[in-house]
Amino acid sequence: MRRISTASLMSLHIVPIVFIRDLSKLYRQGDINIAALHDVSLDIASGEFIVLMGPSGSGKSTLLHIIAGIDRPTHGSCRVQDTDVARLNESQLADWRNRNVGFVFQSFNLIPVLTAFENVELPLLLTGLNASRRRQQVTTALNLVGLGDRQDHLPRQLSGGQEQRVAIARALVTDPPLIVADEPTGNLDAKSATDVLEILRNLSQQAGKTVIMVTHDPKAAAYGTRQLHLEKGEIVV
Amino acid sequence: MPAVFTLLIDSFLAITALGIAAVFLTAFLSAVPVKYNLKSVYIRWRSTLATVVGIGLVVLVFVLLQSLAVGIEKSNASTGDPRNILIARKGATAESSSLVTRAQLRTLQYFEEIERNAEGDPVISADVLVLASLPRIGPSGEANVLLRGVTARGMELRPQVQLVAGRWFSPGRREIVVSRKLAGRFANFKVGDSFKTGPALLTVVGWLDGAGSAYDSECWMDADESRSLFEREMYSTFLVRPKNPEAATNLIRRIENDKRLQLRAESETGYYRKQTLTAAPIKWLAGFLALTMSIGAVFAAMNTMYAAVGARTREIGTLRVLGFHRRNVIVTFLLEGILLAMLGGALGCLISLKWNGYTTATLSIESFSETVFAFTITPVLVGQGMFFAAALGFWGTLLPAVRAARLPIISALKSL
Repeated sequence: MRRISTASLMSLHIVPIVFIRDLSKLYRQGDINIAALHDVSLDIASGEFIVLMGPSGSGKSTLLHIIAGIDRPTHGSCRVQDTDVARLNESQLADWRNRNVGFVFQSFNLIPVLTAFENVELPLLLTGLNASRRRQQVTTALNLVGLGDRQDHLPRQLSGGQEQRVAIARALVTDPPLIVADEPTGNLDAKSATDVLEILRNLSQQAGKTVIMVTHDPKAAAYGTRQLHLEKGEIVV
Repeated sequence: MPAVFTLLIDSFLAITALGIAAVFLTAFLSAVPVKYNLKSVYIRWRSTLATVVGIGLVVLVFVLLQSLAVGIEKSNASTGDPRNILIARKGATAESSSLVTRAQLRTLQYFEEIERNAEGDPVISADVLVLASLPRIGPSGEANVLLRGVTARGMELRPQVQLVAGRWFSPGRREIVVSRKLAGRFANFKVGDSFKTGPALLTVVGWLDGAGSAYDSECWMDADESRSLFEREMYSTFLVRPKNPEAATNLIRRIENDKRLQLRAESETGYYRKQTLTAAPIKWLAGFLALTMSIGAVFAAMNTMYAAVGARTREIGTLRVLGFHRRNVIVTFLLEGILLAMLGGALGCLISLKWNGYTTATLSIESFSETVFAFTITPVLVGQGMFFAAALGFWGTLLPAVRAARLPIISALKSL
């Protein structure tokens, strides 16, 4: 198991953001417990672009979900900044996700009846910002992904690449420290995939966001600052 | 209605009202993507149309039946003059079942509480009420009509009754003035027509209009002629005008306390207001139909909303991932279901307005005669219809909304 220690991150003047210790996740199938993750320990520095790779069923998506606060570990701890995500209740987790995590999915997960603007605005509805401030932030986020002129388009009026860029704008509109992406290029053509990966890399390198991406694609993985391979619920490289 | 049953219904309505208010309040105060719901309803208009129309029909039936009861009540409530006192036999439940004597009339004439006219005579009208079975227009058989024998004084005491066609009857002649509204329902009621009742032939010489009151269901003729024609020794009721409100109170007390008279007195408007027997079964029918139809409508709404939750499982998962709480999801779907149902409610209320003012008739349980009234759709009734629709939406959406909120995030995200 490979781990970059907190001390070594600190010595490189890098602020750690994710601290995972002895993390396990068991699923029960009938009478049998299946380990999706087995005693994983991992530190991720702020501003890193981590790529999680591995075969299907290796536990990479489970790890991503636990870090992002949409799944819970069976054992161990997962601290993101100062919060032990595993200890938050359902309601606290929802608030925490809204403030701290931006999500990018393989199939974009945009709400089909809402325009690009309204989709990006969704997480801001929970922040208590007034309408003009929300408009300002949404416009900034859409401009950042190059879709400032597509605000009023419905998802079906956009290409796959544009849809994914709207999803990235939605992920960063609340300015979260952590962006998680679950196979974000899986449904895109090569050109669109490159655009999306460039944006994610820029978010990490220029905006200082911590990006954690799950992918099967070695070309996509090359954009990361660090690659972690999982097999049978353990980090092997 | 048993008190426990009433309490249960009231509690249920209160819970429903609180639930609906809570949904709107939460939607207003917290982060619920209302636009998302409105657009979802709009986009899925085909699948939601059946529910909207279904709820619309239920609300239409509810409002129309209630409007019948309101129409009867309004007709009774707008009958009479508050200054008049109606005197009937003790124990009589309606004018037509009351009998008062000439001796009682003579006694009353000396009561100083009763106003005198310019000639010094007491303002008393002794009326004779007779039920006559007359043929309706068309093949629908015969129905009872209330014939009121009145004196000139009786007409003065009822200024809301106006002649709208022809002329008034002449005393001593077999002439009759019929209600214009009854003229549309009974054969031979046109001015100049004649019809046979009992041994005599009566000629229609005019039409009266009771301004939406119970008099719209009556035909008037000369009181003495009526007594002679129908061989009545006695009158049915007395209508009197006391000198002032204080005299009216005293008169009622005096008549009630006089054991020899065996009469009952009350204000004319009060008497008609209490004639609620005819409206009661219609109200019950409205309630019963509303209840049975609403069960079907709740299931229709539930079906639509379960389908909506099923079709939008991944969207629900996405909302949860973005930070929306379970309660936000519940409120958002409840709001959608309630708005959908209220759309149906608005449709039902709108269609019902087409019948507003339409005149119809039923058998009065008080007088056993044809009573004419109009469908009366009031703002309160529309409000009740909209609340009824919202209640259908609320209860029909509750279970699907809870199901949506309880979906595990990860499996919701993986849904196709």
